[in-house]
Amino acid sequence: MENADALLLARIQFGLNIGFHILFVSITLALAWVLVYFRIMYSLTNKARWITSFNLWTRVFALTFAVGVVTGIVMSFQFGTNWPGYMKSVGNVAGPLLAYEVLTAFFLEAAFLGVMLFGLNRVPGWAHLGATVLVAVGTTLSAFWILALNSWMQTPVGYGYDGDEMVSLGWMDVIFNPSFPLRLLHMLMASGVTAGFVIAGMSALRLLRDRYDKAAYVSWRTGAMIAAWLAAGQILVGDLHGLNTLEHQPAKVAAMEGLWETQTRAPLLLFAIPNQEERRNDHEIAIPGFGSWILARDVDAEIQGLDAFGEDIPPVAPVFWAFRVMVALGLVMMVVAAYGVLRTRHGHLPSRCVLWVFVGMTFSGWAAVLSGWMVTEIGRQPWLVYGILRTADAVGPVGPARLGASLTLYAMIYSLLLVSYIVVMTHLARRGRRLRPFTEEEGLPVK
Amino acid sequence: MNIDLPIVFTVLMGVSILAYVVLDGYDLGVGILLPFATSSEQNVMVSSIGPFWDANETWLVLGVGLLLVAFPVAHGEVLTALYMPVLIMLLGLILRGVAFEMRIKAVGWHRELWNWFFWVGSVVAALAQGVMLGLYITGFSHGIGYYIFALVVALGVVGGYVLLGATWLIVRASGDLQKKALRWTRLGLLGLAVALVLVTLGTMLESATIREKWLEFPALLAIMLIPIALVVALGWVWHAAQRISEGLPESEWTPFIGTVSIYVIAFLGLVYSIYPYIIIDRMTIWEAAAHPSSLTIVLIGALIVLPMIVIYSGYAYYVFRGKAQEKLYD
Repeated sequence: MENADALLLARIQFGLNIGFHILFVSITLALAWVLVYFRIMYSLTNKARWITSFNLWTRVFALTFAVGVVTGIVMSFQFGTNWPGYMKSVGNVAGPLLAYEVLTAFFLEAAFLGVMLFGLNRVPGWAHLGATVLVAVGTTLSAFWILALNSWMQTPVGYGYDGDEMVSLGWMDVIFNPSFPLRLLHMLMASGVTAGFVIAGMSALRLLRDRYDKAAYVSWRTGAMIAAWLAAGQILVGDLHGLNTLEHQPAKVAAMEGLWETQTRAPLLLFAIPNQEERRNDHEIAIPGFGSWILARDVDAEIQGLDAFGEDIPPVAPVFWAFRVMVALGLVMMVVAAYGVLRTRHGHLPSRCVLWVFVGMTFSGWAAVLSGWMVTEIGRQPWLVYGILRTADAVGPVGPARLGASLTLYAMIYSLLLVSYIVVMTHLARRGRRLRPFTEEEGLPVK
Repeated sequence: MNIDLPIVFTVLMGVSILAYVVLDGYDLGVGILLPFATSSEQNVMVSSIGPFWDANETWLVLGVGLLLVAFPVAHGEVLTALYMPVLIMLLGLILRGVAFEMRIKAVGWHRELWNWFFWVGSVVAALAQGVMLGLYITGFSHGIGYYIFALVVALGVVGGYVLLGATWLIVRASGDLQKKALRWTRLGLLGLAVALVLVTLGTMLESATIREKWLEFPALLAIMLIPIALVVALGWVWHAAQRISEGLPESEWTPFIGTVSIYVIAFLGLVYSIYPYIIIDRMTIWEAAAHPSSLTIVLIGALIVLPMIVIYSGYAYYVFRGKAQEKLYD
């Protein structure tokens, strides 16, 4: 019993940390490239609205990045404190991917972040633009390595054994494992949608205070435009990613669809309450055959149900529901962003009502990203590395008491951080206009 | 060619841990000293570490990352044995990292609150790192004596970080704040000297393995260079601080460089004490090492990337050279 508690607590703790971490990373990943865009637009046009936007959003970036960094440091330790068995058994393959992330990405971001934030008047324009680009490259490289590792845990290939030690047989196979390219693309686009809504939401708040704030307007439109295009693109990429999962992790797809039995003409369930104990759904509302069509483009196709995988199935309800939340949010975000963009063609200003909707949806990307991660991570259970290492076999000797105590502390500090983050963001949005990058005496900053 | 990869990785890991201790040490030290300065001095202090703290902390991730990659078995053992101090250190680092960004943006009592968090986070992180070092030296032994020893080491680490922070401020601050930094330097030196003596004695008393290594006869003569060099370096820093406060010609960098040399010497002493173990008396670096194939791939990357990291970190330090100003965002 104690072991089961410790396993559950270790998972909750790691999930809390990694879930908290992804909130901030999903913003910075795309925001870094938006900053590059603002910076280039400023160089090209020399208009104050672009550098004002750049200055406001670098501050947001710095804050968001700081929270991402500190929670990321926690993660590098929790691999050891919570899952010592993970590195013991697959460390020879997983370790180098993490090492490359630190070496190629972390230092790059951290060193050039200072120049990007504080260096506008200290270095030549090209060096400042270069620093901004390198920060963006760093964040993307970081995502590249961490998603290579995560994807390898979902679809492990390219490994073999030397005695009983697992080793890599080819690093290109390990890195470019079957689920990696689509997962990376799906995550990068999700980050774009998330950051787009954060930018549009905060800028909407500023536009509500001053309709003619040009910097807020260009930021708002940039955010809404990114969100609209990428949310639409996610329909295609998300579908391909799902088909990829069907090929490599059919049990996860069965859980996403709530299919307990292997069947032809599998339904698409609009609503159901999965009942794990009796391995069936209660209260189904279904469209017959549509599930088969989505997964195989053929209403008569046979789709494997959870019965094909014996006891090795994930908890169905959270996967089933998280999947629906993700898809629904994605569609709503696409419609809202596209509506906002279409209504403001030819320099039209958005109405107050539209602006308030964007303010309300500022952090909607967070909910979608978290649901997406719950689908893919809970859907992998009971495996930590699919088919190779069970989560239960990787957990460490730390007892439930210490795990519980530390979990409470983490939860407390993360709540404090989340509240402070949102308060500071609101505060920044309010005084955004007054963030002038330069004073009269100092003259114009370098272009 | 046959390279002894575990040795190479021990050196790499040692260098990153040392780099972390020196670099984050000075910014943690500045954080610890924060309450002893006026409000405008506090802004200068925070500005002086603003562009760097993030890159400094990255060395910690590299250190623990190398432990994880190169010595996966030890990684799990060490981190589970140090579960609570690691947790407390992480909470401290979270608080201060975030407080850093928040305090720039906050006004009024909010700023005061974040200053306070910044201080608490710095002190807690330093203490926790000291406890980790203390427990590590004694091979994670349990008992009240060991815990007291760990606490003494923790106070020593706080003193050592104060010294690093103060000597950093001698370089980056001017006027009254620099004068204060010179006073703090002397306090830090005293604290660190006392801690070094206590830690050396404590280690000798508690660990037979380490005692034998240091008292072995022919080696003893060569090894005695380490404590002698430490005393010289401590005196050097004191002397340089004295000269600067009297207005005599002396580079403002000397106390900081002297302090770094104290850390390098003490670190070499520590390495000599523990080698060839990674967990003292229990696991050698060869027993803990990962498979040669993964060590090789990481080594290739490290050899290519580490020089680049040094170059562009150097560039960042070059861009933000000179005295720190009160305002960080200009």
